[in-house]
Amino acid sequence: MKRYRFLEHTADAKFQAFGETLEEAFGNAALATASLMWDWQEIEPKVELEVEIKGKDLEQLLSSFLEEIIYLLDSRSFLLGSPDHIRIEKTEGLYRLKALFRGDNYSEKYKIHGDVKAITYDEMEIESRDRFMVQVVVDV
Amino acid sequence: MDLKKINDYTWEIPKSGDMKVPTVIYTSSKLLEGVKRDRTLQQARNVACLPGILKTAYVMPDAHQGYGFPIGGVAAFDLEQGIISPGGVGYDINCGVRLLKTDYTEKDIHEKRKQLLDEIFREVPAGVGKGGITRLNRNVLLEVCVKGAEWAVENGYGWNEDLKRTEENGRVREADPGHLSLRAIERGMPQLGTLGAGNHFLEIQKVIEIFNQDVARVFGIHSTGQILVMIHCGSRGLGHQVASDYIRLMENKIGSRGLPDRELINAPVRSPLGQQYYKSMSAAVNYAFANRQMIAHWVRNVFKKVIGSSEGMDQVYDVCHNVAKIEKHSIDGRLKDVCVHRKGATRSFGPGREEIPEVYRSVGQPIIIPGSMGTASYILVGTREAEQLSFGSTAHGAGRVMSRHEAIRRFRGEKIKQDLESRGIELKSTSWKGVAEEASQAYKDVDEVVNVSHKAGIGKLVAKVVPVGVMKG
Repeated sequence: MKRYRFLEHTADAKFQAFGETLEEAFGNAALATASLMWDWQEIEPKVELEVEIKGKDLEQLLSSFLEEIIYLLDSRSFLLGSPDHIRIEKTEGLYRLKALFRGDNYSEKYKIHGDVKAITYDEMEIESRDRFMVQVVVDV
Repeated sequence: MDLKKINDYTWEIPKSGDMKVPTVIYTSSKLLEGVKRDRTLQQARNVACLPGILKTAYVMPDAHQGYGFPIGGVAAFDLEQGIISPGGVGYDINCGVRLLKTDYTEKDIHEKRKQLLDEIFREVPAGVGKGGITRLNRNVLLEVCVKGAEWAVENGYGWNEDLKRTEENGRVREADPGHLSLRAIERGMPQLGTLGAGNHFLEIQKVIEIFNQDVARVFGIHSTGQILVMIHCGSRGLGHQVASDYIRLMENKIGSRGLPDRELINAPVRSPLGQQYYKSMSAAVNYAFANRQMIAHWVRNVFKKVIGSSEGMDQVYDVCHNVAKIEKHSIDGRLKDVCVHRKGATRSFGPGREEIPEVYRSVGQPIIIPGSMGTASYILVGTREAEQLSFGSTAHGAGRVMSRHEAIRRFRGEKIKQDLESRGIELKSTSWKGVAEEASQAYKDVDEVVNVSHKAGIGKLVAKVVPVGVMKG
C-alpha cells in the first residue's frame, strides 16, 4: 500500500495519506507533510520526542498533529524521520493523540527543499471505508 | 452562479441566497478564465454571506483560490455587527513588500552585480530552517512585536526616515503580544531577520518604463535604468502560528457550525476573542515590519561595501499584503470606522488620506506589486476612486495559475537559472526545487493584472521594473 500521494492544487500542496488504521493514516500524513520539506527517509533516528496532541474532533486533532512537525522545525530545528507508536483515544468528548517522534536536529548534512507555512482545513477529509484515508491541503 | 459583466474590467455576482451583499470582481475576460477554473468565485460568494459585511465583497485582478477567503479578497465589516476572521488575513500575516531606491544606474553596478548578489545572499539569512543572526530572547521578541520597525531602527537597523515611509509607520499601535501563544513566540525567536522560503524573494531591479513622470519623481524614481531593491517577505513562523492558534481558539469557543467553509471561522470584532486576535495579528504585523527593516539595512550595507556608498538608498515605501485594519470609509454617504480585511491585496489610498506619508499626500500612496520570479514588477499609485470601488485596495502580485507540483514536473531549477542568465539576470537560491516551483510560467501575467487595476481605476500605473539580480529564499 502506498503511504501517501499528492494531488493537483493551484497554489498549495494537497495530499491523501492511507493506513489500515486511523493511526497509520495519521502517521503517513506526517510523512507526507515532512516530505514537502525534507527527505524523511534520510533522517537518522538520533533524537526522540514525545508528542501529545488534543482535538475537539478528528479534523482538529489531525491539523494540530501535523502542525507539531512545523513547530518542532521552527523552534527546535528538529527534522522528523519516523512518527512511531501513534495512539488515538477519545475520552470525555476529546480526542487525544500520543506519539513518539524519531528524527534528528538540523545540520548541514541534511537538505531542506521546501517550506510549509500551515496546515489548513481546506478540503480536509477523514474517511474510513475498507481502509483509512486522510486528505489535507497545506499552505506552502 | 450568476456572473454579470458590468464593464470590460468589472464583473458582479448579484446578491442572492444567503449573500448579505453582492460580490464585485475586478478582472478581464482573459484573467476571468483562470479565476473560473478554481473555487475563487465560490469563496468570494461565501465571504459575502458573513455577518456585518458592508457594501460589497471585492475580488482583486490577481485573485486565486485561498482558504476561506480567496487570495485577492477584500471585505469590510461593521464594528458592532461584524466579524474579524483569521482566514480573511491569511497565514502569512503582513506578508508584504518593501522598495528601496538608489541613485545608481544599471551601468554603475553592471560589473559588480554578481558580487552584490553574492554578498546579499551571505548577509540575509534565507531558506527553511535558517535562523536569524541572533537568537533573540523572549523579552526582546515581545518588544519587537510592540514596536515593529521602530525597534529595528532603535537598534541600528536602518534610518529614522524609513519609518515615515512604511505603512502604519512600521508600528501598529494596537499590537499586544500578551495574547501570543508560547508556540508563536518560540517560532518567532530564531527567525527574526530572515527572508524565509516559498514565494519570498529579494531583487535588484532596474526601471525600464515610467508611465507617470510626475508621480514617479515624488516616489524618488527619476529615470529608466535606475536601480531599485525590492524585498518580499512576511512574519515567518510567528505569523503562521497566530493564524493557526486563533482559528483553533475560535473553533473551540464559537464553533464553525453554519459556515460554508471551516476556514471562514470568525469572531465578532468587538468580542474578547475578536480583540485578542486583532491585537495578536497586529503583533505579527509589527514583527514583519521589523523583519523587512533589518533586511533593508543589510542590503544597504552590502551596497556600501561593494559599490562604495548607500547614500540615496531611501525607502520608497513598505506595504502589507495580508492584514486586517480599522480604517475610515464612506458607508452610505457617512464616514465610519470599519474592519477592512485585505488578503493578498494592497492598500491603495489616494491623495489626501492622512494615513499616508506627508511626502506622498498630494499624489497618493505608492503601491508595490511584485511579479513572479524573473519577470516585471510594477509601482502603482493609490487613487481616490479606489476608496469608493474597493475600500482603497488593489492587486498584490501575479497570482499562481499552476500547482507547485506541476511546476516541478515541467521545469528544472538549473535550466531556469541558465535562461535568466542569458537574459542578463543573476539568480541565487537556497533550493533548485524552490526555483522550479516559482517558475514564471506558473503565474498569471502580471502585465495583465496591473492593466486591469489601472483601467478599473483602483491603482494607477507609475513605473515598470525588471530584475537584474534575484535572490530566492
